[in-house]
Amino acid sequence: MKLDKDQIRQLRRMKEKHPMPEQAPEERIKNYNEVPFGYDAETAIKEANRCLQCKDAKCVEGCPVEVDIPAFIKLVAEGKFDEGIKKLKEKNSLPAVCGRVCPQESQCEALCLRGKKAEPVAIGRLERFLADYELAKGVETPPKPASTGKRVAIVGAGPAGLTAAGDLAKMGHEVVLFEAFHATGGVLRYGIPEFRLPKEKVLQREVDYIASLGVEIKTNVVIGKTLTVDELFEEEGFQAVFIGTGAGLPQFLNIPGENLNGVFSANEFLTRANLMKAYLFPEYDTPIKLGKKVAVVGAGNVAMDSARTSLRLGAEEVHIVYRRSDKEMPARAEEIEHAKEEGVVFNLLTNPVRIIGDENGWVTGMECIKMELGEPDDSGRARPIPIEGSEFVFDVDTIVIAIGQNPNPLIPQTTSGLKIGRWGTIEADEEGATSRPGVFAGGDIVTGAATVILAMGAGKVAARAMDKYLKAL
Amino acid sequence: MFKIVKKRDLADVSKLMEVEAPLVARKAQPGQFIILRIHENGERIPLTIADSDKEKGTITIIFQEVGKTTKELGALEEGDSLRDFVGPLGQAMELPTSGRVIAVGGGVGIAPIYPKVKAFHQAGMEVISIIGARTADLLILEDEMRAVSKELHICTDDGTKGHHGFVSDILQGMLDDKSQKIDEIIAVGPLPMMRVVANQTKPYGIKTVVSLNPIMVDGTGMCGCCRVSVGGETKFTCVDGPVFDAHQVDFEELTRRGQMYLPEEKEALDKYKEECGCGGGNSEIG
Ligand SMILES: Cc1cc2nc3c(=O)[nH]c(=O)nc-3n(C[C@H](O)[C@H](O)[C@H](O)COP(=O)(O)OP(=O)(O)OC[C@H]3O[C@@H](n4cnc5c(N)ncnc54)[C@H](O)[C@@H]3O)c2cc1C
Ligand SMILES: Cc1cc2nc3c(=O)[nH]c(=O)nc-3n(C[C@H](O)[C@H](O)[C@H](O)COP(=O)(O)OP(=O)(O)OC[C@H]3O[C@@H](n4cnc5c(N)ncnc54)[C@H](O)[C@@H]3O)c2cc1C
Ligand code: SF4
Ligand code: SF4
Ligand code: FES
Repeated sequence: MKLDKDQIRQLRRMKEKHPMPEQAPEERIKNYNEVPFGYDAETAIKEANRCLQCKDAKCVEGCPVEVDIPAFIKLVAEGKFDEGIKKLKEKNSLPAVCGRVCPQESQCEALCLRGKKAEPVAIGRLERFLADYELAKGVETPPKPASTGKRVAIVGAGPAGLTAAGDLAKMGHEVVLFEAFHATGGVLRYGIPEFRLPKEKVLQREVDYIASLGVEIKTNVVIGKTLTVDELFEEEGFQAVFIGTGAGLPQFLNIPGENLNGVFSANEFLTRANLMKAYLFPEYDTPIKLGKKVAVVGAGNVAMDSARTSLRLGAEEVHIVYRRSDKEMPARAEEIEHAKEEGVVFNLLTNPVRIIGDENGWVTGMECIKMELGEPDDSGRARPIPIEGSEFVFDVDTIVIAIGQNPNPLIPQTTSGLKIGRWGTIEADEEGATSRPGVFAGGDIVTGAATVILAMGAGKVAARAMDKYLKAL
Repeated sequence: MFKIVKKRDLADVSKLMEVEAPLVARKAQPGQFIILRIHENGERIPLTIADSDKEKGTITIIFQEVGKTTKELGALEEGDSLRDFVGPLGQAMELPTSGRVIAVGGGVGIAPIYPKVKAFHQAGMEVISIIGARTADLLILEDEMRAVSKELHICTDDGTKGHHGFVSDILQGMLDDKSQKIDEIIAVGPLPMMRVVANQTKPYGIKTVVSLNPIMVDGTGMCGCCRVSVGGETKFTCVDGPVFDAHQVDFEELTRRGQMYLPEEKEALDKYKEECGCGGGNSEIG
């Protein structure tokens, strides 16, 4: 497709992003298929032409893995998709994932110049377009670099570990990736649902790409149990270790009734649904228990995913219960939008105080109290204060607790010489180096629960530092 | 893939398997367990490490066929492989080096109690074992248990072997015998049995531990599915246990939570029976 000058001028003035076609809400809540379909080539070229190709491109500063955004967008605008995906992959080994789940509105697109007066360029959608274009065509394996003879162990196959592994392999190191679960991907596999990130079509193929770079993947190995970090050095002959074990420990509310039947942590709920494919029970052996009226406590991505999964599993009524107001909701804008379209009811400024059960121990309700916002707290968000006497009982039979995760203590407990932070995180400097020489860490295990792209950024930075460390050995 | 190198039928519905898993074997300690998955569509199920051999790199598991996954596992043969096998999980059991222990194993619990009794025995403790089952055919590991116990008592609910009655009957006699000091009691079996034992020993102030078996998913502390109240605090069985102080465990809650998936378990089993055409089997052991 060739655009003339007029068309380009027009596109450069176009205020809105090109919309991405998607499944209608009433249809999609009946299936597990991906919601947005992605751009076709024509729309991608048009959207790419909305980019002004800024000299001092601010958008790049918003990308933790340093994607050369104007350069890849220019290639899309020119219809040079093969070169575009190469450019993108120079920095980002998981573009099909990022194009789908990055919170672009607070990353690259937040700094886009066009965003000042109109909608920013749809950087994420263009990224997804190129990645899907390549997946459809068949992914090329880059040539293997000469081996450095150095051995590196990566712990955890989430976005941080996968990125570090891919980058270190590209530098010629021998990389072995250890994963506790039977499958790779971390949260991308067990947390984020199929309808947002297809597992076989997208995630598995990006993991296969990382493996094709020469990374050996060993699943079913729990570091701290099957092998310890100390043993990786002393017995398995690794010269450096990267820890990217994420924040997998579910938080509970610590209110009465939380162990009643029908109360799940979001981790359990989503792991059953996604990793174990409980939505396909009994074709798959793992079941999931769901009533008719579901309350999900929390308003982050995890909560939205739990709520939208509940709908697809057949719940008649799904509520989000959140103690602050809509302005403070931490989920991606698109997820909140999608959840609303699908009929999830938002109960804001509401906090659970007690879960009520029947004589057999099944949930029958949740007592909540209304909240109002006070002065900002440590996190800078308005502190919610209970309104006395405003208690009421919510009539629900399933409750999903999605109020956050802490780092799993397994590695901190079993590794010598690691400095641990106040919330159980591993302390690391800007380059990912921990207090123990040769041990690097990044992603949620260092920052606490954050985002895919920040975890990838940390993996990338640490890979560079590890390369330096290994060369100096 | 994890190869089954040996299989032995212990009783009608109880099987022993040795599985090749060198990394797990190197680390396994008494009290710990593994999680396995048979194939791509399978469920992750926890089983106690009954024995391990570092040299051969194998782990022994002993299981009763109670539902879909354990039946499917029982249908596998030597040379077949399991898709996933991960461990050792959970805390190793604390082992004192001298004293007198009473081990109570009931039905499904005889398999998981055996490695613990063996460890006590090897640590130089005197172990008196009481094992029981509904009927003689379901009794397993009798010879193995005898080999590591100073005394072995057998009971069956229907009187087909040993004492006609419950393990708790025999235990009561020992609790009342003031001439013999008991340092510790360990009980593993169906929840009602563990609960009875816990209530029974509490007034005597004797340290009593149980090995719990709630439903699990990951086994590494990330889902909270295995949570149990111990001394008023929520614990995750897979990382804090599975062995806990019996007098602190909220058995009522545990029993309730264990029944959460009964209809689904039945559905899965019925479907399996239909597909494999193997029918029958015993689905209510304990
Ligand atoms: C439901 C949900 C939805 C989300 N949605 C979004 C979104 O839309 N956009 C976004 O940017 N972010 C989202 N996030 C956050 C994002 O997924 C995480 O910040 C990111 O995955 C962190 O990456 P990580 O590599 O640090 O850890 P993880 O993805 O948690 O991966 C850690 C891996 O390490 C493994 N592991 C843990 N312990 C061990 C051990 N001892 N030995 C071996 N392996 C171990 C785990 O099994 C896991 O595979 C979401 C999170 C959740 C839970
Ligand atoms: C730490 C731990 C160690 C265990 N060790 C052993 C062992 O060494 N040998 C052994 O035979 N079993 C052991 N179990 C129990 C074993 O995991 C279950 O029998 C198995 O998960 C049942 O799966 P299924 O699909 O065959 O049956 P399901 O269809 O899941 O269940 C069938 C029946 O078994 C009961 N059941 C379900 N899950 C469990 C459970 N976790 N524990 C007890 N009963 C259950 C159900 O209530 C139902 O009546 C252990 C469990 C745990 C948590
Ligand atoms: S990786 Fe994420 S932050 Fe970076 S350009 Fe792509 S969508 Fe934006
Ligand atoms: S800031 Fe926006 S307009 Fe400028 S180069 Fe980046 S994407 Fe294009
Ligand atoms: S089984 Fe998931 S936390 Fe124990």
